Amino acid sequence: MSKRHVTATVNGDPVEFLSDPGTTLLDALRDGLGLTGSKEGCGSGDCGACSVIVDGRLVCACLMLAAEAEGRRIETIEGMARDGALHPLQQKFLEHAALQCGFCTPGLLVAAKALLDANPDPTESETRYWLAGNLCRCTGYDKVVRAVMDAAADLRQARA
Amino acid sequence: MPHVVTACSTCRQFTDGLAEFDVEADTVRRMIQALDRRFPGLGDHIDRRMAIAVDGEIFQDAGAVALTPASEVYLIPRIGGG
Amino acid sequence: MSDVIDRPPARAGLKVIGTRPVRPDGADKVTGRAAFGADFALPGMLVGKVKRSPHAHARILSIDTRRARALAGVKAIVTAADFPDLASEEYEAGEGAANLRDLSQNCMARGKALYDGHAVAAVAATSAAVADAALSLITVDYEVLPHVIDVEAAMAPGAPLLHAHLFTQGLEETPQAPSNIAARNELTRGDLAEGFAAADVVLEGRYVTAAVHQGYIEPHACVAAFASDGQSQVWSSSQGQFMVRTFCAKLLGLNASDIRVTPSEIGGGFGGKTTVYLEPLALALSRQAGAPVKMVMTRDEVFRATGPTSGAVVTVKLGATSDGRITAAEVELKYQAGAFPGSPVVPGSMTALACYDVPNFRITGWDVVTNSPKVAAYRAPGAPISAFAVESAMDELALKLGIDPIALREKNAVRDGVKAAYGPTFRNIGYVETLEAIRDHPHYQAPLGRNQGRGFAVGFWFNIGGESSAAVHVGEDGSATVVTGNPDVGGSRASMAMMAAEVLGLPVEKVRPIVADTASIGFSMLTGGSRTTFATGMAVTQAAQKIVADLKRRAASIWDVPVENVDWLDGAAVCLDPAKAGLPPLTLAGLAARSAKTGGPITAEVSLTAQGAGPGFAAHLCDVEVDPETGHVTILRYTAAQDVGRAIHPAYVEGQIQGGVAQGIGWALNEEYVFDAEGRMENAGFLDYRMPVASDLPMIEAILIEVANPRHPFGAKGVGEAPIVPPLAAVANAVRRAIDVRMTELPLSPPKVRAAIDAR
Repeated sequence: MSKRHVTATVNGDPVEFLSDPGTTLLDALRDGLGLTGSKEGCGSGDCGACSVIVDGRLVCACLMLAAEAEGRRIETIEGMARDGALHPLQQKFLEHAALQCGFCTPGLLVAAKALLDANPDPTESETRYWLAGNLCRCTGYDKVVRAVMDAAADLRQARA
Repeated sequence: MPHVVTACSTCRQFTDGLAEFDVEADTVRRMIQALDRRFPGLGDHIDRRMAIAVDGEIFQDAGAVALTPASEVYLIPRIGGG
Repeated sequence: MSDVIDRPPARAGLKVIGTRPVRPDGADKVTGRAAFGADFALPGMLVGKVKRSPHAHARILSIDTRRARALAGVKAIVTAADFPDLASEEYEAGEGAANLRDLSQNCMARGKALYDGHAVAAVAATSAAVADAALSLITVDYEVLPHVIDVEAAMAPGAPLLHAHLFTQGLEETPQAPSNIAARNELTRGDLAEGFAAADVVLEGRYVTAAVHQGYIEPHACVAAFASDGQSQVWSSSQGQFMVRTFCAKLLGLNASDIRVTPSEIGGGFGGKTTVYLEPLALALSRQAGAPVKMVMTRDEVFRATGPTSGAVVTVKLGATSDGRITAAEVELKYQAGAFPGSPVVPGSMTALACYDVPNFRITGWDVVTNSPKVAAYRAPGAPISAFAVESAMDELALKLGIDPIALREKNAVRDGVKAAYGPTFRNIGYVETLEAIRDHPHYQAPLGRNQGRGFAVGFWFNIGGESSAAVHVGEDGSATVVTGNPDVGGSRASMAMMAAEVLGLPVEKVRPIVADTASIGFSMLTGGSRTTFATGMAVTQAAQKIVADLKRRAASIWDVPVENVDWLDGAAVCLDPAKAGLPPLTLAGLAARSAKTGGPITAEVSLTAQGAGPGFAAHLCDVEVDPETGHVTILRYTAAQDVGRAIHPAYVEGQIQGGVAQGIGWALNEEYVFDAEGRMENAGFLDYRMPVASDLPMIEAILIEVANPRHPFGAKGVGEAPIVPPLAAVANAVRRAIDVRMTELPLSPPKVRAAIDAR
């Protein structure tokens, strides 16, 4: 099996890695690049714990081949806090106690960021449907939805 | 004499179906020893499988709990959780 | 619920307890730094994988590993032959007593495979691809046997027999032949016939629930490293590192003291991580390979080989007077145990009538082995199932008598001084208060629309105490570290830090809590039974109190006054000695800086067995709308009241309630194990095993009732389990009132609801 050489941008930094044809982007991030913040909960795109943003689009890293990352811009949970400051979503998750075990949290945060990038003023219903691809078994989603909507409000105010 | 009650059928296997009995003992540990002498095997069963409530309160580590002649001791299945 | 915005003031005299600080492990968890089971790696680590039975019941005639062993990159292969053939022995370590033979054979099939997914061999190789290739080169010769999964079918005479050695325990007469019925358990009180004779109405019902999985998002994962000197280490995601150590030692014939287990962050457990699956295999593989081995389950493996809780059949017969007083209750519970004995039918029986003061009852529980994965504890094990039956029956009784469902519960409610159906006498319980909270809530009077219904149900969980250890170390900068032995699944480190901060008088940010490995803290029972904040919190509080006593002694020595003349106030020693009036207080930081000259390091450890856990009562109200075209049930509104003793960190207490409700709703509406004709699970993935997603649920309002537990230093009661008990019936009762049909079989999936509407 010959390995493929892949060049991409992850959280703003150029990366290179070798991947087998069957290696997923998630495996490349976790095992190849040591970015273990993206989690594998199912390996079939059903739980969203491996959510990353590829060229502005929310994807499950377990459903994308590493080779497909060639030339792409990838954002993971590790790139969400900038210059030592938490992203407002991260801050609101903490303030609202929107996490318990925290395993689904990176995926939820990345998905929520993609939501707010696309829709800065989501309704509760829009938030719930956008996050429907991210399973959380601990929280019942109540505080998660509140945190996302609160962060959206803060971000709107900051922009105004 | 302390009064012992068990509503649980696994204990009654050792007691010929008896659900209530009086035992002469001044601590739970001595009570278990006395029960085992009377109903061989029950002491071990209590140690492994049962929790003990004395006068209404469940004790996880009941051995040293003192008993009075008026004490009521309940043998109940041990409880875990999720 | 604007709870996060209006932060309620702390209780009088308390500065930290009852506030909502950011959790100490929070930043790691929102940035992806927190290391869970699969995130750990060692140099030279191999990949371990498991070969699993494709048959629900089969004799293993032979296992040929020769071709797999010959594959380049394969470093170890183990089967049951590589583990001691243990005798039947009950051993206390995980969730109560586990039978070591059964546990060993569940980790690795010996002689027979007892369910689809049962492990038959494991390999360690240099890569996942090589390990997968090796699995396919292992040849297992099976003789497929008839299987049985349905609980009543398994109890029937002539059913396929799982274990030739299994003779029913708890019968009046010892049975002459083996069967799948592991045990009968009975709880009785009063005279049943007399009780039913005194009744004006008698109701009977039969209720069925499906097997459901805990559904933690993190699959089981571990790394094991067996060293040539016999010392080994395990890093794993579990609810108890000491449990992992004990079981690994027993299953491999090692000394527990030769195994050091370090807990990783745990991505949910709900009871499902209170036992071992991978750790003994990884250790055995590592011993054979001479290298560390990492094992991570796939989601398919998690569904097929771990968890779930029982599918069950429960019959309920209730007798009551026309004014609603229950005179007699007869409950029979049949629970699937999976491949080995040990369903939660005993706690299911003990909780069945725990909310009610019933003079005459008989509760009979049957523990039945079936060709499905061995059940594991799941949040309030057994209680949601019996509550679904009893609370559905109570709703029917309310309808039949024309009595308000909350009033009916109130009329029969247990109160302080009442002897619980399972034995002890209730004290300091807040059950009636939860009923009143729902009755008086605007939700209870809110108007309902077409095809909508409102359901009410209650629930109970014991909560436990048990063995816990905690240490508090004061740093030279005046900060403190709190060390416990309990994995933090839902934010318990925040509670531990808050309790220590309260006693020490420090800001909570100055207290760093950690969860230590088995060599670094005294023994602690696993995290489960809603015990950690209660029991380990008690150990933390006592350790912090020892620190305060030590600090007061040091201050007294510095000031040269009797220690009785030193008080501890707001994190500083205050001199009360009239002869030395005006001395400035000595702060914790000041004393810490002088520790070398006042007695050395400032540290305290407490190990205890916590007694006096207070039980949890919950009352839930649920509104649904049923789509008559599709049978789809939408949850419109949900309000849950619970007696929590005292909330240490109210936001995480609310979170426990909201999460438990969501799991209960999934159990009620969607979740179930589906098996094909060969006994293979058909829906072993999150697409087909449908857990609630964000768009399935409304906000869930949590009402915290605080009837303090006087046996805990801050009044805490366990909170994690009670919230999953009422939702099954709360949802079913709401559907009953929306469509005017009593549905008695979970899940209330759209096809079933549609059929019930059509048959109306």
